[in-house]
Amino acid sequence: MPDAADIKLRIEAAIPGARAEVEDWTGGGDHFRATVTAPAFAGLSRIEQHRLVYGVFGGEIGGPIHALSLTTISE
Amino acid sequence: MSQQQENPVREAISSAIANNEVILFMKGTPEAPACGFSARTVGALQSLGVPFAAVDVLPDPRIRQELTALSRWPTIPQLFARGELIGGCDIVTEMCETGELAEVLGAGASAESPASPAAAAGAPLQIENRL
Repeated sequence: MPDAADIKLRIEAAIPGARAEVEDWTGGGDHFRATVTAPAFAGLSRIEQHRLVYGVFGGEIGGPIHALSLTTISE
Repeated sequence: MSQQQENPVREAISSAIANNEVILFMKGTPEAPACGFSARTVGALQSLGVPFAAVDVLPDPRIRQELTALSRWPTIPQLFARGELIGGCDIVTEMCETGELAEVLGAGASAESPASPAAAAGAPLQIENRL
């Protein structure tokens, strides 16, 4: 089961220059909230920014990770 | 290939998205949302007074599967306007706060007269048409 620290590391490893703050929303290890700041978001729509982050986790979203609530910030 | 042609669920989803100006795929119904994220998204839409069609994805797991394959969006709810994915709960909530949602959905403007309800008898989707 992923934890908030894993999710942070995976986002930062997968998206160049990204900084992520991740919290376990419910304490149950399956609902997370993340704020991700990355230069890679520049020029992308919000949908595309979120897809980029969701893409890091593939089928895990909706599976072991029930919810990953996102705020994305382009820099 | 024959599998793609014989995919009534995906076809029903596509036509529901095409035929409803604003449509929300959610868990539960607007009256009884089955998930906090769906509830928040319904709340955002209702706060704008925008009429919308709603589809409950829970009755059949294929709805969610096919919707996600079509939209390339992994989570529920998913809001579409004029055939385009607007976003899930986070984006809709954020856009509601900034006023963008009202702009995108044309809130305040008189709603266009809806197409006839997208769900034909026996269709795999139960669409609650609130247009």
